[in-house]
Amino acid sequence: MSPEKSPILEVSKLVKRFGGFHALDGLSFHVVPGEILGLVGPNGSGKTTAINVISGLYAPDGGEVVFDGASSGGVASHKLVHRGINRTFQVPKPFLSLTVRENIQVALAYGGATDAPSIAELLEKYRLKEVADRPAADLNSAQQKMLDLTRALATRPRLLLLDELAAGLNPAELDWIAGRIKALAATGMAIIVVEHLMGFIEQITDRVIVLNAGKEIFEGTLATAVREPQVIEVFLGGEHAH
Amino acid sequence: MHNAPKHLVFILAPLVVVFALLPGVYQNHLLLFNFVIFLILAQGVNIIYGFTGYLPFGYVGFFGAGAYGFAIMVMHLHTPAPLAVLVGGGVAVLLGLLLTPLLRLSGAYFAIANLAASLAVLHFVANPALEGITKGPYGVSLTGTFNPTHAYYAAVVVMALTVGAVVYLKNSPFGLALQAVREDAVSASMAGVNIIKMRVIAWLASALVAGLAGGIYAWYVSVFYPDNVFSGEFSIFAIVFALFGGVATITGPIVGVLILYGIYNLIGFTTPQYFQLIYGLLIMGLVLFLPAGLVSLATRRGWHVP
Ligand SMILES: Nc1ncnc2c1ncn2[C@@H]1O[C@H](COP(=O)(O)OP(=O)(O)O)[C@@H](O)[C@H]1O
Ligand SMILES: [Mg+2]
Repeated sequence: MSPEKSPILEVSKLVKRFGGFHALDGLSFHVVPGEILGLVGPNGSGKTTAINVISGLYAPDGGEVVFDGASSGGVASHKLVHRGINRTFQVPKPFLSLTVRENIQVALAYGGATDAPSIAELLEKYRLKEVADRPAADLNSAQQKMLDLTRALATRPRLLLLDELAAGLNPAELDWIAGRIKALAATGMAIIVVEHLMGFIEQITDRVIVLNAGKEIFEGTLATAVREPQVIEVFLGGEHAH
Repeated sequence: MHNAPKHLVFILAPLVVVFALLPGVYQNHLLLFNFVIFLILAQGVNIIYGFTGYLPFGYVGFFGAGAYGFAIMVMHLHTPAPLAVLVGGGVAVLLGLLLTPLLRLSGAYFAIANLAASLAVLHFVANPALEGITKGPYGVSLTGTFNPTHAYYAAVVVMALTVGAVVYLKNSPFGLALQAVREDAVSASMAGVNIIKMRVIAWLASALVAGLAGGIYAWYVSVFYPDNVFSGEFSIFAIVFALFGGVATITGPIVGVLILYGIYNLIGFTTPQYFQLIYGLLIMGLVLFLPAGLVSLATRRGWHVP
């Protein structure tokens, strides 16, 4: 990460409410091209909600999202995809009755990418070649996650949001996908990684944001984060922290 | 994705040829006409239900709107029949546009709201206050356009276009994107698909098809009452035929109409007293044992069904 790069995404004082509940409560952060930013925090702290707002699934109730110099809060998802944002889902959401190949074809045809990767390349790189002509419903959950990822990559995003992509993968797969994510960042893609596995976060991120109750409570390297009393407290629960 | 020529040659062309030639060798032209109308309607249901997942319980609303669009043009403006059929299709599309807010509903809510909408259109058309325009409940009697032969061939043309549209859906990124929206709208939007636009296009296409069929039906029968062309049986039959064969395929709805409507007429003629029973059991058996339609007998074996 070079400090002179200007951010591709800038989130400021973002608020998202569900009823009276503030899932995001004034969240601010930024990512620069080629950076892998970790977004960590306990369950319910607002990580997925942040991704949902940035990817256009929810309109923010306050604050601002600026992608690539233009305001993007409340813009429809498919338009953001065309502008260069994509994501995976915490629970993968493939088109179950379509084949793996057809799943990717939809994103290639409608993603608006001019220099999209080829289907063959995506199938090969993300270990889906053997199942290419099977319905997505036949895949195991790790394969469905990879399909979710290839669906996103087929649109050539410049900002990629990964919501617990690594959860449920075995150690060998973790190592492999870590390498893939780093290779994507090396092409200049900005990547936000939401993950609970601290080893994995440590291995791939340049910087982490720690969320609690929809607010940022820490920003810096993971090594520093784990020594912050406030971070330790939200992760271990108030009654255990001393 | 590149099987369109094959599908046109081996499915669409034989179907059109058979129905174009049958009137020369088979006397019951009304029955043939009804087959063609149901082939159109079942494919129309296929477009909206098979490809996007909306079950149109009030599908007949478009059919009736098309029939009355035709009748009004002929009665009041003496429009030539083929042009009046196109207007019938246009009226159905306008009704579809009016009903686009229904697409915000899903599952049973959509089905019920669509049914209610078709009843509302029926009562609107049948309102005695509109007698001057629609003839209200007293029914329409068209003179001057009566020509069952031309109407029959017009129906074959619309059937060809409808099946052609389904061939396109089955072989294009557009059809794939529609199915993606049906499977998971959120993921579809993250594939770059404008989900609202896709749903509206499919909805209006299925409305157009039913409207054209309704216009041609009015042309063929010439005399009808609101209850005839807004009969819920059209919706139910078209849905059952499409489901029986298997939706989101080209052949499923065709097979469904040929078999089920064939059996319907067969037992209707020979043993009318058992008709409802046999028909009911057949449909129950289907839903219980073959929820994905007859074509799933083949797909379960790993065969590809177009
Ligand atoms: N669509 C929704 N409706 C109501 N509450 C929601 C919705 N989405 C998330 N929430 C709530 O917002 C909070 C943050 O959720 P989420 O962003 O999923 O957390 P995380 O991903 O950090 O575990 C949780 O309390 C959750 O219950
Ligand atoms: Mg989450």
